[in-house]
Amino acid sequence: MAQIIQGETGEWEVVIGMEIHAQVIANSKLFSGSSANFGAAPNAQVSMVDAAMPGMLPVLNKKCVEQAIRTGLGLNAQVNKHSVFARKNYFYPDLPQGYQISQYEHPIIGEGKIEIDLLDGTTKYIGITRLHLEQDAGKSIHDQHPSKSYVDLNRSGCALMEIVSEPDIRGADEAAAYINKIRMILRYLETCDGNMDEGSMRADVNVSVRKAGNEYGTRAEVKNVNSVKAVVQAIEHEARRQVDLIESGKTIVQETRLWDPDKMETRSMRSKEEAHDYRYFPDPDLLPLDIEQEWIDEIKATLPELPDEKKHRFIEEFGLSPYDASVLIAERPRAAFYETAAKGHDPKMAANWVINELLGILNKHGKTIIDSPVSAKQLGELIGLIADDTISGKIAKDVFVEMYKSGKDAAVIVEEKGLRQVTDTGAIEALVDEVIAENPDNVAAYKGGKDKLFGFFVGQVMKKSQGKANPEAVNKLLKEKLG
Amino acid sequence: MSTLTDLTIEQALEGLKKKDFTSVELTQAHIDTMDKHKNLNAYITETPDIALEQAEKSDKKRASGNVGLLEGIPLGIKDLFCTYDVQTTAGSHILEGFKPKYESTVTTNLFNNGAVMLGKTNMDEFAMGSSNTTSYYGNTINPWRRKDEPETELVPGGSSGGSAAAVAAHMCMGATGTDTGGSIRQPSSYCGVTGIKPTYGRCSRWGVVAFASSLDQPGCFARTVKDNAIFLRAMAGHDPKDSTSADKPVPDFAAAIDGNIKGKTIGIPKEYHIDGMPEEIIKNWEQGKKWLEDAGAKTVEVSLPHTKYAMAAYYIIAPAEASSNLARYDGVRYGPRANESVLRDMYDVTRAEGFGDEVKRRIMIGTYALSSGYYDAYYIKAQKARRLVLQDFMRAFEICDVLLTPPAPSAAFPIGQNEDDPIKMYLEDAFTIPASLAGLPGMVVPTNLNSQGLPLGLQIIGRPWDEENVFRVAGALENLANFTARPQTLL
Repeated sequence: MAQIIQGETGEWEVVIGMEIHAQVIANSKLFSGSSANFGAAPNAQVSMVDAAMPGMLPVLNKKCVEQAIRTGLGLNAQVNKHSVFARKNYFYPDLPQGYQISQYEHPIIGEGKIEIDLLDGTTKYIGITRLHLEQDAGKSIHDQHPSKSYVDLNRSGCALMEIVSEPDIRGADEAAAYINKIRMILRYLETCDGNMDEGSMRADVNVSVRKAGNEYGTRAEVKNVNSVKAVVQAIEHEARRQVDLIESGKTIVQETRLWDPDKMETRSMRSKEEAHDYRYFPDPDLLPLDIEQEWIDEIKATLPELPDEKKHRFIEEFGLSPYDASVLIAERPRAAFYETAAKGHDPKMAANWVINELLGILNKHGKTIIDSPVSAKQLGELIGLIADDTISGKIAKDVFVEMYKSGKDAAVIVEEKGLRQVTDTGAIEALVDEVIAENPDNVAAYKGGKDKLFGFFVGQVMKKSQGKANPEAVNKLLKEKLG
Repeated sequence: MSTLTDLTIEQALEGLKKKDFTSVELTQAHIDTMDKHKNLNAYITETPDIALEQAEKSDKKRASGNVGLLEGIPLGIKDLFCTYDVQTTAGSHILEGFKPKYESTVTTNLFNNGAVMLGKTNMDEFAMGSSNTTSYYGNTINPWRRKDEPETELVPGGSSGGSAAAVAAHMCMGATGTDTGGSIRQPSSYCGVTGIKPTYGRCSRWGVVAFASSLDQPGCFARTVKDNAIFLRAMAGHDPKDSTSADKPVPDFAAAIDGNIKGKTIGIPKEYHIDGMPEEIIKNWEQGKKWLEDAGAKTVEVSLPHTKYAMAAYYIIAPAEASSNLARYDGVRYGPRANESVLRDMYDVTRAEGFGDEVKRRIMIGTYALSSGYYDAYYIKAQKARRLVLQDFMRAFEICDVLLTPPAPSAAFPIGQNEDDPIKMYLEDAFTIPASLAGLPGMVVPTNLNSQGLPLGLQIIGRPWDEENVFRVAGALENLANFTARPQTLL
């Protein structure tokens, strides 16, 4: 659903391309042996290479290359067997080398595409232009001293994948869906943890507007959008700003703008004229990266089932609705939980239990499925007890709450609390008779045509059985007795 | 003990083995000679204490039967090699006082082989120069003088001028160098010593302050071809820390010096005959050719048609890489920092004060060549020319085993000459640059004295990874030339 902005002169379409920087999951940095883990004391993870000491040389970390190939395959993209690392030259204190080693003309991953899920339940393809590997910069800290800045180089040299999309995204919702899908794929592949609040996934958004059918407008690159929410807000504000500007007779300048989440506005960082001349050239310290098809095939063989494949399989194999399937595949552990719980049981019932009961209560307690006190196998057993009429669906909800609290198996709780469903017709008949005898007025009213009172009788019988009576048997007997 | 400094490395190893003297004695003799010739300014930092300590350790090591390839041999180390806790300046003010907390792979290899470090030799700033006159730490003076004007101080060549002068003046038995466009071969020629730049990738660049990464290659100086063979073997080898270092076994280069060049074909590239080249340079070259023919080699004229583009290509590629390699000298982590409160000013002043004119000139050339809009016209074109230069060599090597050329278009010149004309200075490297662009091994052997009594040498260029034939032919040439002259200042 393309986002349309209603301007004074008509409708405007929002055109978006994104650059996502994803920190590669690897034990060490892209070109040095320093740890790449998050959260160490400042400058505790800095090698002589990371600090750009004289005479130090980069050595490519094979794991990072493998992760990039893996991600490329996950994005249905071309893996380039020949790629080249290039230097991007600029001065900044958190860039000790005075250049960032990146890939420019020859990235490791070429064109690909991913499917995004739109709010109306439809899907759309978004083109991937390229993915390349590059070094992260360090961090400048400006709030620790009145006149000095501090530099933390822990992140300096960590591997980043820059994933560039085609300008196929049409609005804030699609942008959010795109980021979410990229994040989901990266997490499935275990190539990036996707944690935007820790900075391990960051996005730059290229926004332009145009009248439907026209050429692309001039774009602004919006930086500092560090959450999905910020992406949505920044796009909405930037697109509106551009429409207002054009409609008031002004022109959009190509520039880099910064999103300010406090003021809820974008503001100019630098114009095209002020843009750096990065003087890219192939890094002479590194040989071109040549990859064997055999290695690509090996990596391909270890790819997990990806979100879209899984979703389609859930729909076909389990008969789930696209919505339920989407919810279940959103996280790889969630999908795995579901499949275990559904094994040997009614898959739709399992989907309902996972989505409505389990995710509901986990959400309430701020937990994810990995922390669930009820295991997938236990949930499956509970579903089994419903299916074989040991307990009713209603009782099962109580049992589930108990399971969540105690971690006990469903069967144990059912036995301990005597919750086994009464299916003995004789026993139920006795209760039905009691209820009829105790409520002569309502019996008369029912017989006089007040059909709705049937529910009252069912409720009374269930109450007497403490919920354990088989509802079908109760219905059948009541119908017989009340005529 | 003074004669100890006249020994070759080969002889000294023999003497140490036979216990004629100890490494401590050998080292002390060189320290004394260093004191005697301090005026040459061949060393930026002298490390006699470290040297004697290492020598003592080496003597003990030798006594225990554990003998490295250079066990107990005192060497000079070009100040471009990072040495643990010993000031490493690259000849620049911007690294003054910098003491690395790491040891370059080459010096590590040398020390593991028992070598002793006498000090850090002087050099052109960041290895940019052909005369050693761009060093922040003063000029190195060539120990050789012109017969007719003995007061005039001459350049030792560059950039490894300190190393070449120190070897020539017997202030060490050998010295490391690095060669980017001729920085080992040209000073070898000017100082009448023997030096080799091996194939690019033969020695690790890890811990060597970078000038132009795709060209920089460590190598060595000594007074004989055999000494260089022993020396190079001790410093070379694959290093996983340098992605451009080659995973190839290091041969016993000395074994290749068998004196037998019968049946070898020596290529004489006609493009190295340049207009205005002094007659005695040509005569020296002709004589070298004749010597090798007399020894049973065949000579053949070859053509390297793209030689004329080599210089221009080099002066794009090397400064381009340098402009990026030298970006790290920003005053933030090491070296002097200008006391400016605004970041931009701190960068500007630190670099303005820290770098000399030649370095600034090359940073500007390189920055310009890589700039948007100029990149294709300069850098890309230069890379194409570089490929053509390599193709020329490979074609020539289809019909010959090595090439014989002059190493430089002149002998050592007076300090101050060419200073006002960078292009003229750059031309000093015209005969060494093509092999650098092609990554080929090149060696210079002193062969004659010119009419002013200054040494002239000849260059042997070999196929990639074929240092053995380079040593073989250089060894034969050395024998035939029988160059025994010594710098007048030392007599």
